[in-house]
Amino acid sequence: MITFYFIAFLSIFFSILVISAKNPVHSILYLILTFFTFTIHYILLNAQFLAIVNFIVYMGAILVLFLYTLMLINLNKDSEPVKPFMVKLAGVVGGGILAVAIASSLKLLGTSNPVLLQNPDLGLVKNLGKVLFDEFLLPFEVSSVLLLSAMVGAVLLATKEKEPKAA
Amino acid sequence: METPQLIFSIVLIVVIFLISLVVAMYSTYAERKVAAFFQDRIGPNRAGPWGILQPLADGGKMFLKEEIIPTNATGFLFIVGPSLAILTACIGSAVIPWGSAIQIGGHTFDLQVTDINVGILYIFGVVSLGVYGIMIGGWASNNKYSLLGAIRAASQNISYEISMGLSIIALLMLTGTLSLKEIAEQQHSWHWNVIRQPLGFLLFLVCAFAETNRSPFDLPECETELVGGYHTEYSSMKLGFYLFAEYINMFISSAVMATLYWGGYNYPGMDWVAAHTGPTVAPIIGVVVLFAKIFFSIFFFMWVRWTIPRFRYDQLMDLGWKILIPLAIANIVLTGVGSTLLTHFGY
Repeated sequence: MITFYFIAFLSIFFSILVISAKNPVHSILYLILTFFTFTIHYILLNAQFLAIVNFIVYMGAILVLFLYTLMLINLNKDSEPVKPFMVKLAGVVGGGILAVAIASSLKLLGTSNPVLLQNPDLGLVKNLGKVLFDEFLLPFEVSSVLLLSAMVGAVLLATKEKEPKAA
Repeated sequence: METPQLIFSIVLIVVIFLISLVVAMYSTYAERKVAAFFQDRIGPNRAGPWGILQPLADGGKMFLKEEIIPTNATGFLFIVGPSLAILTACIGSAVIPWGSAIQIGGHTFDLQVTDINVGILYIFGVVSLGVYGIMIGGWASNNKYSLLGAIRAASQNISYEISMGLSIIALLMLTGTLSLKEIAEQQHSWHWNVIRQPLGFLLFLVCAFAETNRSPFDLPECETELVGGYHTEYSSMKLGFYLFAEYINMFISSAVMATLYWGGYNYPGMDWVAAHTGPTVAPIIGVVVLFAKIFFSIFFFMWVRWTIPRFRYDQLMDLGWKILIPLAIANIVLTGVGSTLLTHFGY
């Protein structure tokens, strides 16, 4: 239980650093640490497969690409657009309303005990595979088609249009 | 965990750590000797007999060199870069089974630090984390060449991780487990996975070269274009850490390849040897066999480095995306069809 609270504290701490860091690259590095604490949460929940996939996919691939892009576009104070006051105010109000909505809906859900597990073996690869390819086969396949279409769309957007041949 | 097992595990961790470092240290020596052999030179021969103390001399030099942190570098991250590189290089060895269970004084011990049931994925995680050391270091140097090297490293690692993962999937379809211990046990005697997965091994080998940034894939530190790549601004032991991490990575990836495809600690006739030497000596012979495979693999890494010239960057990307990934997918399909047919006809 102490471990959980400690890791949860670290998650929140790093998340705050993500949005408060001045330098976008530092911000991404804090985000990496945040995801690392999520991996530890999964391990505490005995979901080894999810933990390691989170580690590989989010920390190892997606955030590397984030970092890659940020290093290339070379953000600094001069190029950062200054937003008007009304936009900032709207952002604060919108964010506040979202936070209230999430908090109230979470309160309705009824909390579960985060440390006591009903079925401790649920997160192991064997059981996860059986559940995914048996009970949830259709949603699983549909989501893979969704990902594929997103990928095709991205490739389509990225390809240059063929220039008309010079007359 | 019982006390003897706990003590044994701690000893094992220390021993594996030391062995990784010593092997990496002498790989630098071996590399120079191998390079000399391929180029018809003598190689290092001044420090000690046959130059055998050369790695110690190099290490001493690295420690004593002046430490320079560029004025415009991001101070903290500049140090984090090489530290992360060496850390990720060292933690990969935790899941590799170095031998079968050994009996000492009535107790049976596993020659593996920990057998997590997602062992292969752990290796993948460590590999994908490895790129952060290079990226952070390259970015924090605040140097164009370093940044270009870091960006090359990132795109190269991500591209080759995909085909590496796909080549592993075909292997997993045959083994049916993610635990490295069970995979090693399945390859008893001569039933090595490379016989069943020759194409998969080839893909994995190419990707391992790319992931360790070894020539012909050493674009991140390509000295003809980028001065020194991501470690241009580094000096002293921080540079040493980057160079050393590469050799440790080479050792670990050789161990992974030996375990996944070349039977790990298994060898033909091991049952006969086990029956004649007993449960204490036989596993040790297995460990020796595993290390022989690893050393040959390291030699192969060097052999390729001094034989094949470096790729151009677009060739590297073409190879990764247009050749290796389709081949890996074809390998998965072939493996699936093959194993289904074999089961159907009752093998």
